[in-house]
Amino acid sequence: MFSRVATCALTGLEGHLIEVETDISNGLPGFDVVGLAETSIKEARERVRAAIKNSGFKFPGRRITLNLAPADIRKDGTDFDLPIAIGLLAAANIIPEEAVKGYIISGELALDGSVRPVPGMLCKAITAKELKYGRMMIPALNLPEVSVVQGMEYYPVRTLNEAVAHFTGEARIEPAGRIELGRTARAASELDYSDVKGQSHAKRALEVAASGGHNVIMIGSPGSGKTMLARRLPTILPDLSFEESLEVTKIYSVAGMLPPHTSLITERPFRAPHHTMSAASLVGGGRIPQPGEVSLSHHGVLFLDELPEFGRTTLDILRQPMEDGFVCIARINSTITYPSRFMLVAAANPCKCGYYGDPVKPCNCSPRDAERYLGRLSGPLMDRIDIQVQVPTIRYSDLENRREEESSEDIKKRVSRARAIQKERYAGLNIFCNAGLTSAMVREFCKVDDEGRRILRSAFDRLKLSARAHDRILKVARTIADLDESPVIQAPHIAEAIQYRSLDRTILA
Amino acid sequence: MNEHLLAWIRLNIAEGIGVARKLELLRMFKTPEALFELGRNEWTRLGMKPHQADSLLCREKLDESVQILKLAERKGIRVIPIDHREYPEFLRYIHDPPLVLYARGIVPSGLCLGIVGSRKATGYGMDTAFRLASDLAKEGCVIVSGMARGIDTAAHTGALHAGGKTIAVLGCGPDQAYPPENRGLMERISNNGAVISEYPPGVKPQTYHFPVRNRIISGISIGVLVVEAGQKSGSLITAQTALEQGREVFAVPGNINHHNSQGTNRLIKEGAKLVLSAKDILEEIPWSLAALPRNNRSPDSDAEQLTFEESEILKALGAEDLYHDQIAERTRFPAHILFNSLLRLELKGLVRKDITGRYAIVAGR
Repeated sequence: MFSRVATCALTGLEGHLIEVETDISNGLPGFDVVGLAETSIKEARERVRAAIKNSGFKFPGRRITLNLAPADIRKDGTDFDLPIAIGLLAAANIIPEEAVKGYIISGELALDGSVRPVPGMLCKAITAKELKYGRMMIPALNLPEVSVVQGMEYYPVRTLNEAVAHFTGEARIEPAGRIELGRTARAASELDYSDVKGQSHAKRALEVAASGGHNVIMIGSPGSGKTMLARRLPTILPDLSFEESLEVTKIYSVAGMLPPHTSLITERPFRAPHHTMSAASLVGGGRIPQPGEVSLSHHGVLFLDELPEFGRTTLDILRQPMEDGFVCIARINSTITYPSRFMLVAAANPCKCGYYGDPVKPCNCSPRDAERYLGRLSGPLMDRIDIQVQVPTIRYSDLENRREEESSEDIKKRVSRARAIQKERYAGLNIFCNAGLTSAMVREFCKVDDEGRRILRSAFDRLKLSARAHDRILKVARTIADLDESPVIQAPHIAEAIQYRSLDRTILA
Repeated sequence: MNEHLLAWIRLNIAEGIGVARKLELLRMFKTPEALFELGRNEWTRLGMKPHQADSLLCREKLDESVQILKLAERKGIRVIPIDHREYPEFLRYIHDPPLVLYARGIVPSGLCLGIVGSRKATGYGMDTAFRLASDLAKEGCVIVSGMARGIDTAAHTGALHAGGKTIAVLGCGPDQAYPPENRGLMERISNNGAVISEYPPGVKPQTYHFPVRNRIISGISIGVLVVEAGQKSGSLITAQTALEQGREVFAVPGNINHHNSQGTNRLIKEGAKLVLSAKDILEEIPWSLAALPRNNRSPDSDAEQLTFEESEILKALGAEDLYHDQIAERTRFPAHILFNSLLRLELKGLVRKDITGRYAIVAGR
């Protein structure tokens, strides 16, 4: 009267093998779950009881003890419902115990016995493969998601009855082996840079940013098109590689945010959290830590509109994930790590009311307030933003009679070429693009010709650029040179890079 | 304790007596000490009302005067009464002159010209104020302004840049740095002119001080130049008081669509003299400026050769301030040439980029 069923639990993106041990013995009828089970698992008892009954089986009216081993890992979630039910039926001899060996079972049960999809199935499939379990019984709706993990046999089930019939041999389910990869619907690809009229300076700045992975801040009055420009940034970033896609999909799978019928996210994520967002939703958190915005924008773009309106603590928290490319969230019994390698695109109004320096609309701010507004941003966060670009308001007359704007596809070709050059140059190093260069690497890789050096020196004297702007200018100049396919940084590259440091200049020396 | 200055301060802060009455009393007694030597009885005989006598004899006001004088001495602030030879000549004859000025530095004796304008100035305004102040200072004019942000700051810096003299008239005690970021500028002004105020040391800036202060800026000067002013700018109050005091009003024209030029353009429409260069101001000054000391310390002029692209860009910027895209549109230069040329123009000090991303010509350098 004993059975053992394997399932999988997740901490962050990591999967662990969990064994569901069920014992049915004589005694007062009862159903106990032990092994650090959280409330959602304790509730599983009721779901399992109802599902078994409603599937036409008799729920054993005896003393049932359930252990989730190893007993020292905290377990949460509804994905234990199916393995518990199968384990119970095996212990009650309705299913032969040997039949469930070699399977990893996961899924949520509805009271009528149907099986519901659960989040994080992709990570579980990866874990199952690593643990050399060749077979997985999963909710049918989770099938597209796991299909990218090849070399496994998946047994999709819609109801508890189907699962039981499979194990008893009444009606075997055909394993879904090789499955055609369902690509994601490319929702964002309706966007294109050719939609943005004018703003060629800002577009060029974003092209440079995309090419070198640089973080950007755009400054401009409301309505100047900052958001429009940012939204289209993923369309010029190079396509995700398969590994990158998998990483992104894992995060979305764990967060339960994978769109239905999606096997792999192939589009770079674009996340635009509102400035009232809490620190926990930015970096991830909760009692069982969920990935935050920094992880949801992994390999994509994190867009912070109205940057000065974000809380200071919120922005400070952003620094560590930006620096390390991952976040660690510590809890009493575990530390969870989520990747967070994103490109930061920030937007800001030039002042509180937004119209500082606007030729037509008067600005209501006192000059002091206007100065303070962007001054609030100074410091460590701004140190990590390489490109600062102003986005002017376009007059209506400028919008008409314009020549054809360049499409995202054309820009993307140049960006991809520049990225390829960088990838080759930094092969064997721990970085992928120019934005990741450390100061030692800047000295090694950012060689400037004589004319460029001369112009750089006089720029520092005349424009009173800060010392910390120096490395940033060189990194950006390196990217511009890569776009130009020039091995050495030349004067025009430096000149352009300096134009992207406009906030560093003092207003009146 | 200097009894003479104490008497001045005491008379100055006495309430309930108008400036005109105080000046009348001074004409009678010549000095304030002589006034205080007499008692209430003599004053009544001369027709002074009892509450005015009370106010003059008020004990608290005497204590306050002592405090002010002590503080001034400790902070190195000079007390300049209206009969002092350093007291600006023009200011003495407005209808409500301050009886006492508190000053840091030495009040220059030359002809003064007020330069005022918006605190939220554009690059165009800042450069114009700077250039005109510097040109006028070179001709020996003393540039008077309020040390506020924007145009005021540019006017003072322009005068200092040309090696000229300048006076800052504050709306707070002359020991208070307001706005605080101008503390350094304040230091430089007091070494090359004076920082003056009718408010004793220790008095904090108040909004109602500033319109009152403006009458001193115009009163001290032969005329007032308004560089940039919105429709409801405080600079327009200064222009108004200048007219009331019989001073010239000059204004720099601007873009008719820009809110920062509405005030100045209106002034021109209403008859203020349109100023295109320092010459327009100098020729309005009725007596020969040749008699004034000329200051010929010109700033270094680097007459570098301009490339074709650079001069084309300057030509485009001649009409108005432009964003990068607009310059590209007008000149049709490829991006890399544009970046390079713009930076070089910036480095040569011919063009400036402001916080909003617009490029403007740095005029007249």
